[in-house]
Amino acid sequence: MILVVAEQRAGALNRASWEAVAAAQQLAGGMPVKAVVFGEATDNAASELASAGLDVLAVDHPALAGYTPDGFTQALQQVVAAVSPSYVLLPHTYQTRDFAPMAAVRMGAPLVTDVTGIKGSGSSATFVRPVFQGKLAAEVRHEGNGPRLVTFQIGAFRADAVQRGDRPGGVTRMEVSIDAATIRQTPEPPFKEARQAVDLGQAERIVAVGRGIKSQENIAVAEKLARAMSAEVAASRPICDSGWLPMERQIGSSGQTVAPKLYVALGISGAIQHLVGMKGSRTIVAINKDADAPIFEVADYGIVGDLFEIVPALITELDKQ
Amino acid sequence: MKIAVCIKQVPTREWQPRLREDKAWIREQDASFELNEPDAFALEEALRLREKHSGEVVACAAGPARVQQVIREALARGADRALHVDDEALASADASITSAALASAMADEHFDLVLTGLQSDDQGHAQVGVMLAERLGVPHSTIIMEVQIVPSSGPGQAARLRVKRELEGGWFQWIGMPLPAVLTIQSGINQLRYATLKGIMAAKKKEIRRVPLPPGLAASQRILGLSLPARSKQTKMLTGSAADIARELARLLRDEARAL
Repeated sequence: MILVVAEQRAGALNRASWEAVAAAQQLAGGMPVKAVVFGEATDNAASELASAGLDVLAVDHPALAGYTPDGFTQALQQVVAAVSPSYVLLPHTYQTRDFAPMAAVRMGAPLVTDVTGIKGSGSSATFVRPVFQGKLAAEVRHEGNGPRLVTFQIGAFRADAVQRGDRPGGVTRMEVSIDAATIRQTPEPPFKEARQAVDLGQAERIVAVGRGIKSQENIAVAEKLARAMSAEVAASRPICDSGWLPMERQIGSSGQTVAPKLYVALGISGAIQHLVGMKGSRTIVAINKDADAPIFEVADYGIVGDLFEIVPALITELDKQ
Repeated sequence: MKIAVCIKQVPTREWQPRLREDKAWIREQDASFELNEPDAFALEEALRLREKHSGEVVACAAGPARVQQVIREALARGADRALHVDDEALASADASITSAALASAMADEHFDLVLTGLQSDDQGHAQVGVMLAERLGVPHSTIIMEVQIVPSSGPGQAARLRVKRELEGGWFQWIGMPLPAVLTIQSGINQLRYATLKGIMAAKKKEIRRVPLPPGLAASQRILGLSLPARSKQTKMLTGSAADIARELARLLRDEARAL
C-alpha cells in the first residue's frame, strides 16, 4: 500500500498534495493508494481527498493543531506502524523538509527527497532527482528496510493528472497518542513580512536577473530592457538577498510564482528553487554564459553568451520598431 | 555558548559536470571545490552569535581529506577549532551516513547550538541537519532567517531559542524551543564576511581534530547512475554576433512566440 501524506492549512489542501497523489498513482503498479491528513480538525481536507475516490485516514489531535516537527513525526510514526505502507509519499514542501528526515531516522526508514521522476513501478521502482544544482540527474534506489519515504519536487507531477475514482473513498478516523510535553517547539502564528506592492503574477512580461548581472549598478541594464519590452523586473533569490532588488521582486519557491507570456532570464543559472517559480511561463528566453546552466532546460530560446553584449543589442533592435 | 557549525565542501558553481567511468559519481579529479554556500551563511551566523554571547565556534565536517580546504577557510573566517570526520567514503555519502558520522563526532562535545546550511549544492538532500538533530536527541527547526537567544528569565530558567522560520510564498513564523538545538540556516540571513590575511595566518595554528568514520553505518539510498537531465523543451539556441542574435531573437519573439 502507498500512503500519501496530504498537507492542509485551515482545512484547505495545497496543490502539492494532489501532485503527490498523482505520483502515487504512477508509482502504484496495482498497489492501493491511501491518503493521510494530520491536524486538529481534518474533516474538510479528508472529504476533499475522499471525493477524488481516495481512502483517507483522518488523524485529529489537539497537539497537531499547529504544525511542529515533533508532533507530526510522532503522528506519522504511529500511522505507519498501524497500516504498514510500502511507500510513504510526501510533497517536498518546507513543512515536509522540516519533519520527514526526523521521521525517517525515528522509523529507521530510507528517505529519498526532491524527486522529479519515477522509473518503473511498485517495489522495483527507482527515482530520479536533481543533483549538483540541477546540472545532473541521479537515478536512485532506496536501501535498507522499512517503508520507503519519497518526497516529490513541487510542480514535477501534475495535480490535474490525478485519476479520480467513480465513487468517493472512505474516511477512517485514526487515533494517535501524543503527549504535549514531548513537543519541544512552540510555534507562533505565521505572518507576512512586507505587503507585496508588486504583483508579478499579473505581469505579461518579466525580465529577471540572477548572479550573472554581477553588480547592483548593472540592474539598470535589465531595467532598460524591461522598459523596451513593457516588462516588470524580477530577480532570483541571491539578488534579493544582496539587497540589489527588493524581496517582493523575488521569483521562486520562497518568492512569487509566475507564468507570464514572456520570461527573460538574464544571468540566471536556474537553481530548482528558481525554476519552480517560473517554468510555467509561456515563452522563456535564457541568456547565460554557462552552456550547462539548468535554465536552458526550460528555455524556448537560449543564448550562450555575455548578457552585457546581447542585451544592449536587443534593446537597440526593439527600439527600432 | 558553545556553537557547532556543520560545513560541506561542494564543486564550484562554474564546474562543468564530468562523470566517473561507472557513471555513479562525478570525476572528482576534474572538479574544483568550495564551501557550500548555505553553510557559509550558517558559519557567519555562528560567528555573530559568538560575538554577541561569547563562547566558541567549532567547524564540523564529514568528508574526504580534500575538505581540509573549507575547514581552513572556516578557521580563517573566525571559527576557533574544527572537527573532521575524515574518510574517502564520505565523498559521495548520503544524508543518513553523513548525519550519523557528524553525530558520532559531535556527541561528546555537548554543543549548546548546532547550525548548518539548509541543503548542500551537491546532492541537495536537505536532510542532514534534521537527521543530525534527531540523532543528537535535540529539537530543531529549518530554513531559519533570524536567530534570537532569549536569556534566562530567572533562577532555574534556562536560556531559550526564538527563531524566524521561512515558510513558502513570503510567509514567516517565529518558533521557540529549548537549547541545545539544531537549526538549518537559509541563505541570505546575514552579510558574509571574508577571511582577512590575519585570519588566514591565525588559522594555521588552530586545531583540527580528525575523527575516524565509525564502522557499520548503513546507507539509505544508492545512486545507480548520473546523467544530464532530460530536456522538457526543445530549446532553440541562437548563435552569431550580438547584433545577429538580437535581430533573430526579436523576430522570433514577435513572429513565432507572439510574446511582444
